Amino acid sequence: MAKLILSMDGLVLKEIALTKERTTIGRKPHNDIQIDNLAVSGEHAVIVTILQDSFLEDLGSTNGTVVNGQPIKKHFLQNSDIIELGKYKLKYVNEAVAGQAKAADFEKTMVLRPGSVKTATAAAAAPAAAAVPVAAAAGAKHFSDTVAAQSATGAPVAPPKPAAAPQKNAALQLLSGANAGKELDLTKPLTTLGKPGVQVAVITRRPQGFFITHVEGASFPVVNGKTLDAQAHSLNDHDVIELAGVKMEFFLKT
Amino acid sequence: MTLSGALEVASCTDPGMVRSHNEDSIASDGDQGLVVLADGMGGYNAGEVASGMATTVIITELQQLLEKRVPYEIDAHSGKLVAHQLLHEQIAKANTSIYQASQSQPQYAGMGTTLVVALFYDNKMTVAHIGDSRLYRLRGGELRQVTKDHSLLQEQIDSGVITPQQARQSQNKNLVTRALGIDPIVEAEIHDYETQPEDIYLLCSDGLCDMVSDDDIGLALQTLSSNLKLCAQHLVQTANDNGGRDNISVILVRVLRDYPAPRSIVGKMMSWFK
Repeated sequence: MAKLILSMDGLVLKEIALTKERTTIGRKPHNDIQIDNLAVSGEHAVIVTILQDSFLEDLGSTNGTVVNGQPIKKHFLQNSDIIELGKYKLKYVNEAVAGQAKAADFEKTMVLRPGSVKTATAAAAAPAAAAVPVAAAAGAKHFSDTVAAQSATGAPVAPPKPAAAPQKNAALQLLSGANAGKELDLTKPLTTLGKPGVQVAVITRRPQGFFITHVEGASFPVVNGKTLDAQAHSLNDHDVIELAGVKMEFFLKT
Repeated sequence: MTLSGALEVASCTDPGMVRSHNEDSIASDGDQGLVVLADGMGGYNAGEVASGMATTVIITELQQLLEKRVPYEIDAHSGKLVAHQLLHEQIAKANTSIYQASQSQPQYAGMGTTLVVALFYDNKMTVAHIGDSRLYRLRGGELRQVTKDHSLLQEQIDSGVITPQQARQSQNKNLVTRALGIDPIVEAEIHDYETQPEDIYLLCSDGLCDMVSDDDIGLALQTLSSNLKLCAQHLVQTANDNGGRDNISVILVRVLRDYPAPRSIVGKMMSWFK
Protein backbone atom coordinates (compact mmCIF):
# COMPACT_ATOMS: atom_id res chain seq x y z
CA MET A 1 0.00 0.00 0.00
CA ALA A 2 1.36 3.40 -0.97
CA LYS A 3 1.66 6.22 1.56
CA LEU A 4 2.61 9.88 1.84
CA ILE A 5 5.02 11.34 4.39
CA LEU A 6 4.22 14.95 5.25
CA SER A 7 7.15 17.08 6.37
CA MET A 8 8.18 20.71 6.76
CA ASP A 9 11.79 21.94 6.97
CA GLY A 10 12.96 18.30 7.13
CA LEU A 11 10.73 17.55 10.12
CA VAL A 12 8.31 14.64 9.61
CA LEU A 13 4.81 15.67 10.66
CA LYS A 14 2.79 12.58 9.79
CA GLU A 15 2.28 9.60 7.51
CA ILE A 16 -0.86 9.14 5.47
CA ALA A 17 -1.74 5.77 3.90
CA LEU A 18 -3.37 6.03 0.48
CA THR A 19 -6.20 3.66 1.30
CA LYS A 20 -8.95 5.66 -0.32
CA GLU A 21 -9.60 5.88 -4.01
CA ARG A 22 -9.56 9.69 -3.74
CA THR A 23 -7.36 11.45 -1.20
CA THR A 24 -7.88 15.21 -1.20
CA ILE A 25 -5.28 17.75 -0.12
CA GLY A 26 -6.09 21.36 0.85
CA ARG A 27 -6.37 24.06 3.50
CA LYS A 28 -10.04 23.51 4.35
CA PRO A 29 -10.84 21.03 7.14
CA HIS A 30 -12.91 18.62 5.00
CA ASN A 31 -9.78 17.52 3.08
CA ASP A 32 -8.25 14.11 3.82
CA ILE A 33 -4.90 15.81 4.21
CA GLN A 34 -5.45 19.24 5.70
CA ILE A 35 -2.53 21.67 5.52
CA ASP A 36 -3.44 24.84 7.35
CA ASN A 37 -1.20 27.26 5.51
CA LEU A 38 -2.17 30.28 3.41
CA ALA A 39 0.05 29.15 0.52
CA VAL A 40 -2.22 26.10 0.15
CA SER A 41 -5.57 26.50 -1.61
CA GLY A 42 -8.83 25.41 0.01
CA GLU A 43 -9.06 22.46 -2.38
CA HIS A 44 -5.52 22.21 -3.64
CA ALA A 45 -4.97 18.76 -5.16
CA VAL A 46 -6.27 15.21 -5.23
CA ILE A 47 -4.57 11.81 -5.42
CA VAL A 48 -6.51 9.12 -7.28
CA THR A 49 -5.36 5.61 -6.40
CA ILE A 50 -6.15 2.65 -8.65
CA LEU A 51 -4.89 -0.57 -7.07
CA GLN A 52 -1.09 -0.06 -6.95
CA ASP A 53 -0.92 3.14 -9.02
CA SER A 54 -1.52 6.68 -7.78
CA PHE A 55 -2.12 9.82 -9.82
CA LEU A 56 -1.75 13.35 -8.48
CA GLU A 57 -3.90 16.10 -9.95
CA ASP A 58 -3.80 19.82 -9.20
CA LEU A 59 -7.32 21.18 -8.67
CA GLY A 60 -6.58 24.60 -10.13
CA SER A 61 -4.80 25.81 -7.00
CA THR A 62 -3.58 29.40 -6.71
CA ASN A 63 0.08 28.55 -6.13
CA GLY A 64 0.20 25.29 -8.08
CA THR A 65 1.56 21.84 -7.25
CA VAL A 66 5.21 20.99 -7.76
CA VAL A 67 6.60 17.43 -8.10
CA ASN A 68 10.39 16.97 -7.97
CA GLY A 69 10.84 20.66 -8.80
CA GLN A 70 8.47 20.64 -11.80
CA PRO A 71 5.02 22.27 -11.72
CA ILE A 72 2.38 19.71 -12.77
CA LYS A 73 -1.32 19.54 -13.63
CA LYS A 74 -1.57 15.77 -13.59
CA HIS A 75 1.20 13.38 -12.60
CA PHE A 76 1.63 9.62 -12.38
CA LEU A 77 3.35 9.22 -8.98
CA GLN A 78 6.52 7.12 -8.80
CA ASN A 79 8.15 5.80 -5.62
CA SER A 80 9.97 8.59 -3.65
CA ASP A 81 8.50 11.47 -5.67
CA ILE A 82 8.51 14.73 -3.64
CA ILE A 83 5.32 16.81 -3.84
CA GLU A 84 5.78 20.43 -2.75
CA LEU A 85 2.91 22.60 -1.53
CA GLY A 86 4.27 25.92 -0.30
CA LYS A 87 6.71 25.13 2.50
CA TYR A 88 5.33 21.61 2.97
CA LYS A 89 6.69 18.47 1.37
CA LEU A 90 4.88 15.19 0.76
CA LYS A 91 7.03 12.19 -0.08
CA TYR A 92 5.30 9.41 -2.02
CA VAL A 93 6.37 5.93 -0.90
CA ASN A 94 5.07 2.87 -2.74
CA GLU A 95 5.84 -0.18 -0.66
CA ALA A 96 4.95 -2.57 -3.46
CA VAL A 97 8.25 -1.40 -4.95
CA ALA A 98 10.14 -1.31 -1.67
CA GLY A 99 9.03 -4.72 -0.33
CA GLN A 100 10.47 -7.29 -2.71
CA ALA A 101 8.59 -10.39 -1.63
CA LYS A 102 5.29 -8.56 -1.85
CA ALA A 103 6.12 -7.24 -5.28
CA ALA A 104 6.99 -10.72 -6.52
CA ASP A 105 3.58 -11.85 -5.36
CA PHE A 106 1.93 -9.00 -7.19
CA GLU A 107 3.66 -9.87 -10.41
CA LYS A 108 1.59 -13.00 -10.72
CA THR A 109 -0.93 -12.50 -13.45
CA MET A 110 -4.40 -12.15 -12.00
CA VAL A 111 -7.85 -11.69 -13.43
CA LEU A 112 -9.95 -8.64 -12.79
CA ARG A 113 -13.67 -9.23 -13.13
CA PRO A 114 -15.18 -7.02 -15.83
CA GLY A 115 -17.50 -5.27 -13.35
CA SER A 116 -14.76 -4.15 -11.01
CA VAL A 117 -12.53 -2.96 -13.83
CA LYS A 118 -15.21 -0.76 -15.27
CA THR A 119 -15.56 0.86 -11.87
CA ALA A 120 -11.84 1.38 -11.51
CA THR A 121 -11.33 2.91 -14.93
CA ALA A 122 -14.53 4.89 -14.92
CA ALA A 123 -13.75 6.25 -11.48
CA ALA A 124 -10.37 7.41 -12.66
CA ALA A 125 -11.70 8.95 -15.84
CA ALA A 126 -14.51 10.74 -13.98
CA PRO A 127 -13.09 11.50 -10.54
CA ALA A 128 -16.55 12.44 -9.25
CA ALA A 129 -17.67 8.81 -9.11
CA ALA A 130 -17.29 7.59 -5.55
CA ALA A 131 -17.43 3.85 -6.22
CA VAL A 132 -14.68 1.81 -4.59
CA PRO A 133 -13.09 -0.67 -7.01
CA VAL A 134 -12.84 -4.21 -5.75
CA ALA A 135 -10.26 -6.37 -7.44
CA ALA A 136 -11.65 -9.86 -7.45
CA ALA A 137 -8.37 -11.66 -7.88
CA ALA A 138 -8.61 -15.20 -9.06
CA GLY A 139 -6.13 -17.80 -7.90
CA ALA A 140 -4.85 -15.98 -4.84
CA LYS A 141 -2.84 -18.95 -3.57
CA HIS A 142 0.64 -17.79 -4.41
CA PHE A 143 2.42 -18.82 -1.24
CA SER A 144 4.61 -21.50 -2.76
CA ASP A 145 5.62 -19.24 -5.62
CA THR A 146 6.36 -16.32 -3.37
CA VAL A 147 8.65 -18.42 -1.20
CA ALA A 148 10.35 -19.77 -4.29
CA ALA A 149 10.81 -16.28 -5.65
CA GLN A 150 12.32 -15.10 -2.39
CA SER A 151 14.83 -17.90 -2.08
CA ALA A 152 15.70 -18.34 -5.75
CA THR A 153 17.55 -15.11 -6.41
CA GLY A 154 17.59 -11.65 -4.98
CA ALA A 155 16.56 -10.48 -8.42
CA PRO A 156 15.69 -6.79 -8.51
CA VAL A 157 11.96 -6.23 -8.55
CA ALA A 158 12.10 -2.60 -9.64
CA PRO A 159 10.42 -1.75 -12.97
CA PRO A 160 12.44 -3.24 -15.83
CA LYS A 161 15.34 -1.14 -16.97
CA PRO A 162 15.71 -0.66 -20.69
CA ALA A 163 18.02 -3.41 -22.00
CA ALA A 164 20.86 -3.88 -19.56
CA ALA A 165 24.17 -3.24 -21.26
CA PRO A 166 27.66 -4.38 -20.30
CA GLN A 167 29.91 -1.82 -18.66
CA LYS A 168 32.55 -1.88 -21.37
CA ASN A 169 32.32 -0.77 -24.97
CA ALA A 170 33.84 -2.80 -27.73
CA ALA A 171 34.65 -2.53 -31.41
CA LEU A 172 35.85 -4.58 -34.36
CA GLN A 173 38.78 -3.59 -36.54
CA LEU A 174 38.93 -5.10 -40.00
CA LEU A 175 42.35 -6.67 -40.68
CA SER A 176 41.87 -7.76 -44.30
CA GLY A 177 39.64 -7.14 -47.30
CA ALA A 178 38.72 -3.92 -49.09
CA ASN A 179 37.94 -2.04 -45.87
CA ALA A 180 41.04 -3.14 -43.92
CA GLY A 181 41.83 -0.77 -41.05
CA LYS A 182 38.21 0.33 -40.59
CA GLU A 183 36.65 0.21 -37.16
CA LEU A 184 33.10 -0.81 -36.30
CA ASP A 185 31.72 0.12 -32.88
CA LEU A 186 29.55 -2.57 -31.28
CA THR A 187 26.96 -0.27 -29.72
CA LYS A 188 23.77 -2.10 -30.68
CA PRO A 189 22.45 -5.13 -28.77
CA LEU A 190 22.88 -7.06 -32.03
CA THR A 191 25.40 -6.49 -34.82
CA THR A 192 25.44 -8.77 -37.87
CA LEU A 193 28.59 -9.50 -39.83
CA GLY A 194 29.18 -11.18 -43.18
CA LYS A 195 27.31 -11.55 -46.44
CA PRO A 196 23.59 -12.46 -46.38
CA GLY A 197 23.02 -15.75 -48.22
CA VAL A 198 26.71 -16.71 -47.90
CA GLN A 199 27.79 -16.50 -44.29
CA VAL A 200 26.36 -14.39 -41.48
CA ALA A 201 27.25 -14.23 -37.80
CA VAL A 202 25.90 -11.96 -35.10
CA ILE A 203 27.62 -10.31 -32.16
CA THR A 204 25.29 -9.89 -29.18
CA ARG A 205 26.01 -7.33 -26.50
CA ARG A 206 24.92 -8.75 -23.14
CA PRO A 207 25.45 -7.81 -19.48
CA GLN A 208 28.00 -10.64 -19.24
CA GLY A 209 29.97 -9.38 -22.25
CA PHE A 210 30.03 -9.91 -25.99
CA PHE A 211 29.18 -13.15 -27.77
CA ILE A 212 29.46 -14.29 -31.38
CA THR A 213 26.92 -16.74 -32.84
CA HIS A 214 26.60 -18.33 -36.26
CA VAL A 215 23.37 -17.25 -38.06
CA GLU A 216 23.43 -18.64 -41.60
CA GLY A 217 25.64 -20.20 -44.25
CA ALA A 218 27.39 -23.53 -44.63
CA SER A 219 30.62 -22.45 -42.95
CA PHE A 220 30.93 -21.31 -39.35
CA PRO A 221 32.95 -18.38 -38.05
CA VAL A 222 36.55 -18.97 -36.96
CA VAL A 223 37.88 -17.36 -33.76
CA ASN A 224 41.65 -17.45 -33.10
CA GLY A 225 42.04 -20.21 -35.68
CA LYS A 226 39.33 -22.45 -34.16
CA THR A 227 36.06 -23.08 -36.00
CA LEU A 228 32.99 -22.47 -33.85
CA ASP A 229 29.92 -24.68 -33.58
CA ALA A 230 26.30 -23.50 -33.44
CA GLN A 231 26.67 -22.33 -29.81
CA ALA A 232 27.29 -18.74 -28.81
CA HIS A 233 30.98 -18.06 -28.15
CA SER A 234 32.18 -15.51 -25.60
CA LEU A 235 34.59 -12.95 -27.08
CA ASN A 236 37.75 -11.83 -25.31
CA ASP A 237 39.86 -8.75 -25.91
CA HIS A 238 42.02 -9.08 -29.08
CA ASP A 239 40.25 -12.19 -30.39
CA VAL A 240 40.66 -12.53 -34.15
CA ILE A 241 37.50 -13.47 -36.05
CA GLU A 242 37.45 -14.87 -39.60
CA LEU A 243 34.18 -14.67 -41.44
CA ALA A 244 33.30 -14.85 -45.15
CA GLY A 245 37.00 -14.50 -46.01
CA VAL A 246 37.52 -11.36 -43.90
CA LYS A 247 39.68 -11.19 -40.77
CA MET A 248 38.81 -8.81 -37.96
CA GLU A 249 39.97 -8.15 -34.43
CA PHE A 250 37.62 -7.74 -31.48
CA PHE A 251 38.80 -5.35 -28.79
CA LEU A 252 37.37 -3.75 -25.68
CA LYS A 253 37.38 0.02 -25.39
CA THR A 254 38.14 1.84 -22.20
CA MET B 1 -5.22 -29.17 -46.51
CA THR B 2 -1.55 -28.61 -45.93
CA LEU B 3 0.63 -25.53 -46.06
CA SER B 4 3.83 -27.53 -46.15
CA GLY B 5 6.73 -25.29 -47.10
CA ALA B 6 4.79 -22.04 -46.84
CA LEU B 7 5.58 -21.27 -43.23
CA GLU B 8 8.67 -21.61 -41.07
CA VAL B 9 7.94 -21.94 -37.35
CA ALA B 10 10.36 -21.73 -34.42
CA SER B 11 9.63 -21.48 -30.73
CA CYS B 12 11.25 -21.27 -27.33
CA THR B 13 9.87 -21.30 -23.79
CA ASP B 14 11.72 -20.74 -20.52
CA PRO B 15 10.77 -20.36 -16.83
CA GLY B 16 12.82 -17.16 -16.57
CA MET B 17 15.21 -16.16 -13.77
CA VAL B 18 12.82 -15.90 -10.81
CA ARG B 19 10.00 -18.40 -11.16
CA SER B 20 10.59 -22.01 -10.19
CA HIS B 21 8.28 -23.46 -12.83
CA ASN B 22 6.97 -22.62 -16.25
CA GLU B 23 3.24 -21.85 -16.42
CA ASP B 24 3.40 -21.00 -20.11
CA SER B 25 2.49 -23.53 -22.73
CA ILE B 26 3.07 -23.50 -26.49
CA ALA B 27 2.11 -25.73 -29.42
CA SER B 28 2.43 -25.45 -33.17
CA ASP B 29 1.80 -27.31 -36.41
CA GLY B 30 3.45 -25.56 -39.33
CA ASP B 31 1.88 -27.83 -41.97
CA GLN B 32 -1.62 -26.99 -40.74
CA GLY B 33 -0.69 -23.32 -40.26
CA LEU B 34 -1.59 -23.43 -36.59
CA VAL B 35 0.23 -21.85 -33.61
CA VAL B 36 -1.03 -21.61 -30.00
CA LEU B 37 0.46 -19.89 -26.94
CA ALA B 38 -1.02 -19.75 -23.42
CA ASP B 39 0.17 -18.15 -20.17
CA GLY B 40 -1.42 -19.84 -17.17
CA MET B 41 -2.23 -18.42 -13.77
CA GLY B 42 -3.28 -19.91 -10.45
CA GLY B 43 -1.63 -21.32 -7.34
CA TYR B 44 0.79 -24.27 -7.10
CA ASN B 45 0.89 -25.97 -10.50
CA ALA B 46 -2.65 -24.95 -11.51
CA GLY B 47 -1.32 -22.36 -13.98
CA GLU B 48 0.56 -25.04 -15.89
CA VAL B 49 -2.49 -27.25 -15.90
CA ALA B 50 -4.70 -24.50 -17.30
CA SER B 51 -2.29 -23.39 -20.04
CA GLY B 52 -1.50 -27.01 -20.92
CA MET B 53 -5.18 -27.88 -21.24
CA ALA B 54 -5.78 -24.83 -23.43
CA THR B 55 -2.98 -25.56 -25.92
CA THR B 56 -3.66 -29.32 -26.01
CA VAL B 57 -7.42 -29.02 -26.56
CA ILE B 58 -7.06 -26.34 -29.21
CA ILE B 59 -4.22 -27.88 -31.22
CA THR B 60 -5.42 -31.48 -31.22
CA GLU B 61 -9.07 -30.65 -31.93
CA LEU B 62 -8.21 -28.16 -34.67
CA GLN B 63 -5.72 -30.56 -36.28
CA GLN B 64 -8.48 -33.12 -36.64
CA LEU B 65 -11.14 -30.65 -37.73
CA LEU B 66 -8.89 -29.07 -40.37
CA GLU B 67 -8.62 -32.48 -42.07
CA LYS B 68 -12.34 -32.21 -42.88
CA ARG B 69 -13.23 -28.54 -42.77
CA VAL B 70 -12.01 -25.78 -45.09
CA PRO B 71 -11.19 -22.62 -43.12
CA TYR B 72 -11.90 -20.08 -45.90
CA GLU B 73 -15.40 -21.36 -46.66
CA ILE B 74 -18.59 -20.04 -45.13
CA ASP B 75 -20.30 -22.34 -42.65
CA ALA B 76 -23.74 -23.24 -43.99
CA HIS B 77 -25.43 -23.21 -40.57
CA SER B 78 -23.98 -20.16 -38.85
CA GLY B 79 -23.14 -18.07 -41.91
CA LYS B 80 -19.73 -17.43 -40.38
CA LEU B 81 -16.31 -18.10 -41.83
CA VAL B 82 -15.34 -21.69 -40.96
CA ALA B 83 -12.03 -20.47 -39.47
CA HIS B 84 -13.94 -18.25 -37.03
CA GLN B 85 -16.46 -20.96 -36.30
CA LEU B 86 -13.74 -23.53 -35.52
CA LEU B 87 -11.74 -21.18 -33.32
CA HIS B 88 -14.85 -20.02 -31.52
CA GLU B 89 -15.99 -23.59 -30.79
CA GLN B 90 -12.62 -24.94 -29.71
CA ILE B 91 -11.86 -21.98 -27.47
CA ALA B 92 -15.27 -22.50 -25.84
CA LYS B 93 -14.42 -26.18 -25.41
CA ALA B 94 -11.06 -25.40 -23.79
CA ASN B 95 -12.75 -22.85 -21.55
CA THR B 96 -15.33 -25.38 -20.39
CA SER B 97 -12.67 -28.04 -19.68
CA ILE B 98 -10.56 -25.66 -17.57
CA TYR B 99 -13.58 -24.17 -15.81
CA GLN B 100 -15.00 -27.59 -14.90
CA ALA B 101 -11.61 -28.83 -13.64
CA SER B 102 -11.25 -25.72 -11.47
CA GLN B 103 -14.80 -26.17 -10.11
CA SER B 104 -14.44 -29.89 -9.34
CA GLN B 105 -10.89 -30.03 -7.95
CA PRO B 106 -10.00 -27.72 -5.07
CA GLN B 107 -6.28 -27.57 -5.92
CA TYR B 108 -7.22 -26.06 -9.29
CA ALA B 109 -9.72 -23.51 -7.95
CA GLY B 110 -9.49 -20.21 -9.75
CA MET B 111 -6.98 -21.32 -12.37
CA GLY B 112 -7.08 -19.69 -15.78
CA THR B 113 -4.94 -18.84 -18.76
CA THR B 114 -4.40 -16.23 -21.43
CA LEU B 115 -4.46 -17.41 -25.02
CA VAL B 116 -3.29 -16.34 -28.45
CA VAL B 117 -3.96 -18.55 -31.50
CA ALA B 118 -3.13 -17.87 -35.14
CA LEU B 119 -4.49 -19.95 -38.00
CA PHE B 120 -2.90 -19.42 -41.44
CA TYR B 121 -4.79 -20.24 -44.67
CA ASP B 122 -5.36 -18.72 -48.12
CA ASN B 123 -2.72 -15.92 -47.75
CA LYS B 124 -4.53 -14.89 -44.59
CA MET B 125 -4.32 -15.36 -40.88
CA THR B 126 -7.09 -15.46 -38.31
CA VAL B 127 -5.99 -14.44 -34.83
CA ALA B 128 -7.96 -15.17 -31.67
CA HIS B 129 -6.80 -13.89 -28.30
CA ILE B 130 -7.83 -13.58 -24.68
CA GLY B 131 -5.81 -11.68 -22.05
CA ASP B 132 -2.36 -10.14 -22.36
CA SER B 133 -0.43 -12.59 -24.53
CA ARG B 134 0.37 -10.84 -27.78
CA LEU B 135 0.90 -11.21 -31.49
CA TYR B 136 3.28 -8.85 -33.30
CA ARG B 137 4.04 -8.51 -36.99
CA LEU B 138 7.31 -7.48 -38.61
CA ARG B 139 6.77 -6.23 -42.18
CA GLY B 140 9.15 -4.05 -44.18
CA GLY B 141 11.39 -3.55 -41.14
CA GLU B 142 8.53 -2.24 -39.01
CA LEU B 143 7.27 -4.00 -35.89
CA ARG B 144 3.58 -3.59 -35.09
CA GLN B 145 1.56 -5.00 -32.22
CA VAL B 146 -1.44 -6.71 -33.80
CA THR B 147 -3.44 -7.77 -30.73
CA LYS B 148 -4.66 -5.40 -28.07
CA ASP B 149 -4.30 -6.68 -24.50
CA HIS B 150 -7.35 -7.40 -22.38
CA SER B 151 -5.77 -5.79 -19.33
CA LEU B 152 -6.39 -3.06 -16.81
CA LEU B 153 -3.48 -1.05 -18.24
CA GLN B 154 -4.83 -1.23 -21.79
CA GLU B 155 -8.24 -0.05 -20.54
CA GLN B 156 -6.55 2.81 -18.71
CA ILE B 157 -4.64 3.74 -21.87
CA ASP B 158 -7.85 3.60 -23.91
CA SER B 159 -9.73 5.82 -21.49
CA GLY B 160 -6.84 8.30 -21.36
CA VAL B 161 -5.96 7.81 -17.69
CA ILE B 162 -2.34 7.02 -18.53
CA THR B 163 -0.12 7.12 -21.60
CA PRO B 164 1.55 4.02 -23.09
CA GLN B 165 4.90 5.39 -21.81
CA GLN B 166 3.54 5.68 -18.27
CA ALA B 167 2.07 2.19 -18.55
CA ARG B 168 5.59 0.74 -18.62
CA GLN B 169 6.15 2.25 -15.13
CA SER B 170 2.87 1.04 -13.71
CA GLN B 171 2.65 -1.24 -10.69
CA ASN B 172 -0.63 -2.63 -12.02
CA LYS B 173 1.00 -4.98 -14.52
CA ASN B 174 -0.35 -8.47 -15.03
CA LEU B 175 -3.97 -7.67 -14.26
CA VAL B 176 -5.91 -9.18 -17.11
CA THR B 177 -9.58 -8.42 -17.66
CA ARG B 178 -10.32 -11.57 -19.65
CA ALA B 179 -9.01 -15.11 -19.23
CA LEU B 180 -9.81 -18.62 -20.34
CA GLY B 181 -11.32 -20.93 -17.71
CA ILE B 182 -12.35 -18.33 -15.13
CA ASP B 183 -16.01 -18.03 -16.06
CA PRO B 184 -18.45 -20.50 -17.70
CA ILE B 185 -18.41 -18.44 -20.91
CA VAL B 186 -15.60 -16.42 -22.46
CA GLU B 187 -15.52 -14.26 -25.56
CA ALA B 188 -12.30 -14.41 -27.59
CA GLU B 189 -11.39 -11.47 -29.80
CA ILE B 190 -11.11 -12.79 -33.37
CA HIS B 191 -9.81 -10.85 -36.38
CA ASP B 192 -8.51 -11.61 -39.90
CA TYR B 193 -5.34 -10.20 -41.46
CA GLU B 194 -3.75 -10.47 -44.90
CA THR B 195 -0.26 -11.95 -44.87
CA GLN B 196 2.63 -11.37 -47.26
CA PRO B 197 5.74 -13.41 -48.03
CA GLU B 198 8.64 -12.32 -45.76
CA ASP B 199 6.29 -11.28 -42.94
CA ILE B 200 7.41 -12.48 -39.53
CA TYR B 201 4.82 -13.03 -36.81
CA LEU B 202 5.72 -13.20 -33.14
CA LEU B 203 3.44 -14.69 -30.50
CA CYS B 204 4.67 -14.08 -26.96
CA SER B 205 3.71 -14.13 -23.30
CA ASP B 206 4.02 -10.96 -21.19
CA GLY B 207 7.32 -12.32 -19.84
CA LEU B 208 8.86 -11.15 -23.13
CA CYS B 209 7.18 -7.81 -23.78
CA ASP B 210 7.41 -6.67 -20.12
CA MET B 211 11.18 -7.27 -20.10
CA VAL B 212 12.26 -6.37 -23.65
CA SER B 213 11.41 -3.10 -25.42
CA ASP B 214 9.58 -3.18 -28.74
CA ASP B 215 12.66 -1.62 -30.36
CA ASP B 216 14.89 -4.49 -29.23
CA ILE B 217 12.29 -7.06 -30.29
CA GLY B 218 12.09 -5.43 -33.73
CA LEU B 219 15.88 -5.35 -34.06
CA ALA B 220 16.17 -9.04 -33.17
CA LEU B 221 13.46 -10.08 -35.66
CA GLN B 222 15.10 -8.05 -38.40
CA THR B 223 18.71 -9.08 -37.85
CA LEU B 224 18.11 -12.74 -37.11
CA SER B 225 15.28 -13.41 -39.57
CA SER B 226 17.44 -15.88 -41.52
CA ASN B 227 17.77 -18.11 -38.43
CA LEU B 228 14.39 -18.20 -36.72
CA LYS B 229 15.39 -20.71 -34.04
CA LEU B 230 18.33 -18.53 -32.99
CA CYS B 231 16.05 -15.49 -33.04
CA ALA B 232 13.57 -17.15 -30.64
CA GLN B 233 16.41 -18.16 -28.31
CA HIS B 234 17.90 -14.68 -28.49
CA LEU B 235 14.58 -13.05 -27.49
CA VAL B 236 14.26 -15.35 -24.46
CA GLN B 237 17.89 -14.72 -23.54
CA THR B 238 17.41 -10.94 -23.74
CA ALA B 239 14.38 -11.15 -21.43
CA ASN B 240 16.47 -13.20 -18.98
CA ASP B 241 19.42 -10.77 -19.23
CA ASN B 242 17.00 -7.98 -18.29
CA GLY B 243 15.84 -9.84 -15.18
CA GLY B 244 13.55 -12.60 -16.50
CA ARG B 245 10.95 -12.00 -13.81
CA ASP B 246 8.23 -14.06 -15.48
CA ASN B 247 8.02 -17.13 -17.69
CA ILE B 248 9.00 -16.28 -21.25
CA SER B 249 7.50 -17.89 -24.35
CA VAL B 250 8.02 -17.05 -27.98
CA ILE B 251 6.65 -18.52 -31.21
CA LEU B 252 7.94 -17.12 -34.50
CA VAL B 253 6.26 -17.71 -37.85
CA ARG B 254 7.88 -16.62 -41.10
CA VAL B 255 5.86 -16.59 -44.31
CA LEU B 256 8.13 -18.14 -46.95
CA ARG B 257 5.80 -17.97 -49.96
CA ASP B 258 2.21 -17.27 -50.99
CA TYR B 259 -0.24 -19.98 -49.99
CA PRO B 260 -3.50 -19.26 -51.85
CA ALA B 261 -6.34 -21.69 -51.26
CA PRO B 262 -6.85 -24.32 -53.97
CA ARG B 263 -10.19 -23.21 -55.41
CA SER B 264 -12.61 -25.44 -57.27
CA ILE B 265 -11.89 -26.66 -60.82
CA VAL B 266 -14.46 -24.24 -62.21
CA GLY B 267 -12.86 -21.35 -60.37
CA LYS B 268 -9.45 -22.27 -61.76
CA MET B 269 -10.86 -22.48 -65.31
CA MET B 270 -12.43 -19.06 -64.86
CA SER B 271 -9.16 -17.53 -63.77
CA TRP B 272 -7.37 -18.96 -66.85
CA PHE B 273 -9.77 -17.16 -69.17
CA LYS B 274 -9.46 -13.82 -67.44
